[in-house]
Amino acid sequence: MIDKTHLSAELLAENFADLHPAFSRDEAVTDASRCLFCYDAPCTRACPTGIDVPRFIRQILHDNPAGAAETILDENIFGGSCARACPTEVLCEGACVDQTLLKSPVQIGRLQRYGTDFAAEHGLRFFEPGADTGKSVAVIGSGPAGLSCANSLRRLGHAVTVFEARDILGGLNTLGISAYKITTEFSLSEIQPILDMGVEVRLGQRIDEEGLSRLRSEYEAVFLAVGLGATARLGIPGEDIEGVVESLDFIFQSHTGPLSECRVGQNVVVLGAGNTAIDVATQAARLGAKKVTIAYRRTDKEMSAFAYEYDLAKADGVEFRWLVQPVEFIEENGALTGVKMSRVRAVGEGRSARLEQVERSEFIIPCDMAIKALGQTPVLDFTRGIEGMRSEDGQLIMDPDTRESGIAGLFLGGDCTHKGAEIVDAVQDGKVAASGIDTFLRKDS
Amino acid sequence: MTNNTKKPNLKSNLAGIRSPNPFWLASAPPTNSAYQVSRAFEAGWGGAVWKTLGHEPIVNVSSRYGGLNYDGRKLMGLNNIELITDRTLETNLKEIRQVKRDFPDHAVIVSLMVESTREAWHDIVKRTEDTGCDGLELNFGCPHGMSERGMGAAVGQVPEYTEMVTAWVKEVAQTPVLVKLTPNVTDITHMGRAAVAGGADGVSLINTINSIIGVDLDTLSPLPSVAGKGSHGGYCGPAVKPIALNMVQKLASDPGFGIPISGIGGIQAWQDTIEFMLLGAGNVQVCTAVMHYGFRIVEHLISGLENWMMGKNFCQLDDFIGHTVSSVGDWNELDLSYKVVAEIDQSKCIHCGLCFIACEDGAHQSISQTRIAEDDYPSIGSAAAVTLSAGKTFIAGAGDGYLNKYEIKEDTCVGCNLCSLVCPADGCITMVERESSIPSMNWSQYQDRLAKGEMEPIPPPEHL
Repeated sequence: MIDKTHLSAELLAENFADLHPAFSRDEAVTDASRCLFCYDAPCTRACPTGIDVPRFIRQILHDNPAGAAETILDENIFGGSCARACPTEVLCEGACVDQTLLKSPVQIGRLQRYGTDFAAEHGLRFFEPGADTGKSVAVIGSGPAGLSCANSLRRLGHAVTVFEARDILGGLNTLGISAYKITTEFSLSEIQPILDMGVEVRLGQRIDEEGLSRLRSEYEAVFLAVGLGATARLGIPGEDIEGVVESLDFIFQSHTGPLSECRVGQNVVVLGAGNTAIDVATQAARLGAKKVTIAYRRTDKEMSAFAYEYDLAKADGVEFRWLVQPVEFIEENGALTGVKMSRVRAVGEGRSARLEQVERSEFIIPCDMAIKALGQTPVLDFTRGIEGMRSEDGQLIMDPDTRESGIAGLFLGGDCTHKGAEIVDAVQDGKVAASGIDTFLRKDS
Repeated sequence: MTNNTKKPNLKSNLAGIRSPNPFWLASAPPTNSAYQVSRAFEAGWGGAVWKTLGHEPIVNVSSRYGGLNYDGRKLMGLNNIELITDRTLETNLKEIRQVKRDFPDHAVIVSLMVESTREAWHDIVKRTEDTGCDGLELNFGCPHGMSERGMGAAVGQVPEYTEMVTAWVKEVAQTPVLVKLTPNVTDITHMGRAAVAGGADGVSLINTINSIIGVDLDTLSPLPSVAGKGSHGGYCGPAVKPIALNMVQKLASDPGFGIPISGIGGIQAWQDTIEFMLLGAGNVQVCTAVMHYGFRIVEHLISGLENWMMGKNFCQLDDFIGHTVSSVGDWNELDLSYKVVAEIDQSKCIHCGLCFIACEDGAHQSISQTRIAEDDYPSIGSAAAVTLSAGKTFIAGAGDGYLNKYEIKEDTCVGCNLCSLVCPADGCITMVERESSIPSMNWSQYQDRLAKGEMEPIPPPEHL
């Protein structure tokens, strides 16, 4: 059994404090004054949900944080979570023209947080349910895609019931992102206004093939946004040894109990180099692991983690081993003692380069905890038997403009259709699907 | 970049008042006491106009100042409802004498305002000059409080009063007399000529502008608030500079005027100083910038002025004072054939779109916006910053798969400057001269030629 963190409550609180602390009014106004108020603004175009960024920044500049919050939430009901977890470096802030002019973008993410925090602190509500249409929709999954869709559907006047397999709402927002970015409390507080729109919730309801078919007959439309499941199995010896854990299970524990109850190894190896791998590695370091190593079969040039995430991990003392892949988990007396790795070489360029195992290059990285963060697989088994459902390369296929699947009245969105994207992408899927569902429902009336 | 390494001579002589440089403190809170004026002289100020003396100390209210902010920057403008000195005449005179003794080479000018009788003015002039001060400034400009008691702007707004009181002062004054003019008049030249008629040796302008700085949106009270009430106050600060420059130039170019001008109004940087002097001011007076940042700003004013003079090969102030006065004339005298158009340097464009929307909605619809697809970004040679992350590149200014390219439509561009004024990227938009389709002539000549049938009317712009 891996031990609980040995760090004091004070140190844990410090390590899991906000990555980017909230702006004071003076900070917000000063940074807002740098915004040029671009026309056809690149930041807005770079935002998957199309938030009118210059407008909300000007509202902050002119001391109208409530107006700023409404501008943000109107396009993105999870604007607070996105302000905390969005890879702004490659979205709005990457597009900011101050990047060119001043070599430093306006801090759009932190300004967005300033606006949305104001609304949250003052319990502001901006939206009302639309006039009742008499139609009802089932939403499967309460992550950002499902709840964004539910919110938009309520604004359009449709009745909504959300089915969630777990006993807590929010999916990725609540459980899937390390607490130093989004706390459980914050995630739940951001969901409350959606529930207040009159959304019915059924927790602990895992929907299977039969359940889906029942919902399709009971509701006039169904939005399926069940996200991703477990990390794909590596299929190497020792995968079930205690000490070999799933990335999301490792993150969950920072949300489901107090930080002092979180379990972490002394010597942790993380397999994979995506953004979740970085989250896991930094969380392990912040929980007190003495040594954290990220092992990846390609190099830093090909990894899918964003540059600032990479910098964050390096700053937390995480070490990186490139061009290696696990071949076996080693145990001693039932406990993990290391991961046997093999060196690989890339044949070709970039992410599509073929990898060849280097013969007789095995070596062992000693560890008492190995975390698998190699990308999750969609939980779509239960859709396989549905007639008319199409998928390609493991992903469900739908009309991108309405998100309607091959089956009339069944709409799809979120990570189960992306293999893992950002919260902001899921929110947009929910919006697009709600609009598609609305068109569908009004067609026959 | 300087062509001349020898520091220029900044010595100033305005209407016979000498100072080591042309930077004076205006009569205002920073010149309220010997303590402040001594600190100012030690910091490098060339002269100070002592805060206005009266026969009896006045009583001030609290609060007194209000600020005009602009999108994150403080005090673009400042207004005040403070009155003249609230200290006794004896205290002020004693301190003036002391400062003059301690700083014999600096200019100490004393601002005066008393009731409008010959006796009152004679008395205060004699007692003030007894301190050894270098000159007097008659406060005919204060727009609040004192004007309602028949002083300040109440005198300055009536040319006959201005002339009369100036003449009383000149009957006894031994030192140069400057008349401080109020801008709250329809034509400043009437007031300038009245000062000349009264025998003034020079004028100072502008005093503050009548104003209400704002309203508190919580209490709905005017600002600055005195127990929920407010009053019209005097407005100053960087935002008033263009109004002051216009009035200074108008007097400097008036053939019926012809006496020295001490320029005042929003001076906060060295460039402002030079503009006032090019338009006819012999020196300048500063207040708001000192109230904001302290006496230390004079170092930057001096250094900027010196470097500019060296770059232009000017050795003394007289080399450029008034240089630009005659270049300002009536609109009718401007050349209708002069033609400039905007030019965008694509290598400096940051793709903010501000030029486009300003021209489209606010001017003459002469900038085009073209979407450039990602593959063609290199073709526009933009300066846009590139971020490398997760094995991909992200370009500032781009989004949703395109970058906007902005180009001037030269055939309809009227050369108004607006795009170049809103462009945040230094040197990106410039105005360049183009050959005109009409012969060189001004409006009056154009009217002449039309009347004589020598030409057809100039056609209106085609795009309208």
